Amino acid sequence: MTPPTAAPAISLESVSHVYQPAAVRALDEVSLQIAPGQRLALIGQNGSGKSTLVRHLNGLLRPTSGRVLVDGHETVRHTVADLAHRVGLVFQDPDRQIFAGSVEAEVAFGPRNVGMRGAQLGSAVTRALEATGLADARRTNPYDLGASRRKLLALASVLAMETLVLVLDEPTTGQDVAGIDAVRHVIQSASRDGRTVIAISHDMEFVATEFERVVVMGGGRVLADGPPADVFAAPQWALLASTYLEPPLAARAGERLGLGSTPTDAALVAALRAAQ
Amino acid sequence: MLSLEGVTYRYAGTSRPSLRDISLTFGDGEVVGIAGRSEAGKTTLCLVLSGLAPRTVGGSLSGRLLVDGSDAAPLAIHELAGRIGIAFASPATQLSGVAATVYEEVAFGPMNLGLPRDEIIQRTDEALTALRIEPLAARDPARLSGGQQQLVAIAGLLAQRPAHLVLDEPTAQLDPQGTRLVGEALTRLANGGASIILVEQKTDLLAAVCSRVVVLDAGAVARDGAAGDVLGDERLSSLGIAAPASVRLRKALAQAGAGAAQLAVLDEPLR
Repeated sequence: MTPPTAAPAISLESVSHVYQPAAVRALDEVSLQIAPGQRLALIGQNGSGKSTLVRHLNGLLRPTSGRVLVDGHETVRHTVADLAHRVGLVFQDPDRQIFAGSVEAEVAFGPRNVGMRGAQLGSAVTRALEATGLADARRTNPYDLGASRRKLLALASVLAMETLVLVLDEPTTGQDVAGIDAVRHVIQSASRDGRTVIAISHDMEFVATEFERVVVMGGGRVLADGPPADVFAAPQWALLASTYLEPPLAARAGERLGLGSTPTDAALVAALRAAQ
Repeated sequence: MLSLEGVTYRYAGTSRPSLRDISLTFGDGEVVGIAGRSEAGKTTLCLVLSGLAPRTVGGSLSGRLLVDGSDAAPLAIHELAGRIGIAFASPATQLSGVAATVYEEVAFGPMNLGLPRDEIIQRTDEALTALRIEPLAARDPARLSGGQQQLVAIAGLLAQRPAHLVLDEPTAQLDPQGTRLVGEALTRLANGGASIILVEQKTDLLAAVCSRVVVLDAGAVARDGAAGDVLGDERLSSLGIAAPASVRLRKALAQAGAGAAQLAVLDEPLR
């Protein structure tokens, strides 16, 4: 991967993290530079260090050694509240973050906390509700929403803070077709606005379609880093299997048909047409 | 065998039923997938099938739940729990919270069944091996990743060898191989005679392990048939369900002019 030319939105410099008391080394000398506006997916087996890594980006965890810089600011010098202005983190379990009495109040809490008021606050809330398809549920109690819409609500409440960096932990799990489309839309529009999007996902098709860069983690280390066409290409399959991953079906079919690396349905169909 | 006869269920304080006149029978040795858009009634069906609704969830139910042919209504919740296992999407709601190690957590269920020591050890080892989590045996369940906790919760269920098992998105947090291992473990359990009901948005998993798929829409049964027929149906997306990758790609490649030999690569196993 060529180094990004713009100053990185996120920079990890040899970051290690050791959980006590069992001395579990969840991150082992991880270095990554992530450019503004980049869409990056973190993949790897359960327990490979993905969630530990993203919890360093908003200061919920501090490195045992190494440095984490967000927009040039070293996280250890800032409070979590301070970093919340720059990095929005959506957990995989929405019930860990939902607490307000209405959808609207839930979504307004974050942006108000980072200083938005009046019309600015109102339009940030409306944009986030529209992006996640929840505009018709403003007055609903969050716990009257089903699990998948509560998950979209958690996404909306972080989206509304309009942070420089948006971090999503397993955004598509439990979502139906409409929910996944909403998540896609959010990622694409955030990236167009120049915001960095980092997502943890086990959905390889979603990763191949929506992200320009894929980082493969295993045992707390970065095992591979590149565009989907490189990371899901045949020479990487053994490495993917070592961290319990499998390439998307389109990638496997493309290699078997001798069409090269085709990580998405669209790439496979295009390669097939070109070969005919 | 688990059966629902004309079941309509309403949560307390709601006017609209979440399940409407559902009659379904899940046979022994059958793995049945349940699909449907968000809020179609999938989780509610799991709660009703396991007897948790209305017993602990409240609400009102008409119609009957039959367990192995007899009405479940007179059975107490602990009696039902011994016959029907249930797994939820979030492992946090599932783990006992009293076990200091993964090994004890998985052994917790068989211990509660009052099984002999050797049997408990054998079942625990077998469940840990099936999901390849032996390396976690000595770890504290509270200090695992979300996906690892989910595997531990499922291992705990497998070790109880329930006659019936209801799973609500059990692989939500799992990596692709973890998902596959759970699928294989469910198939083995069904081969031993268990009836298994699997709610999933991952239609690839349903295609791999289910003989039959039921689609719910707005609380009612919209489709019920052989997995290949239901998941291959053109109208699946109108029910809010993504087609399995193999179905989707077969169609896209055929439209692009692929021949039968080329389409056959979609059926080849991973390695």
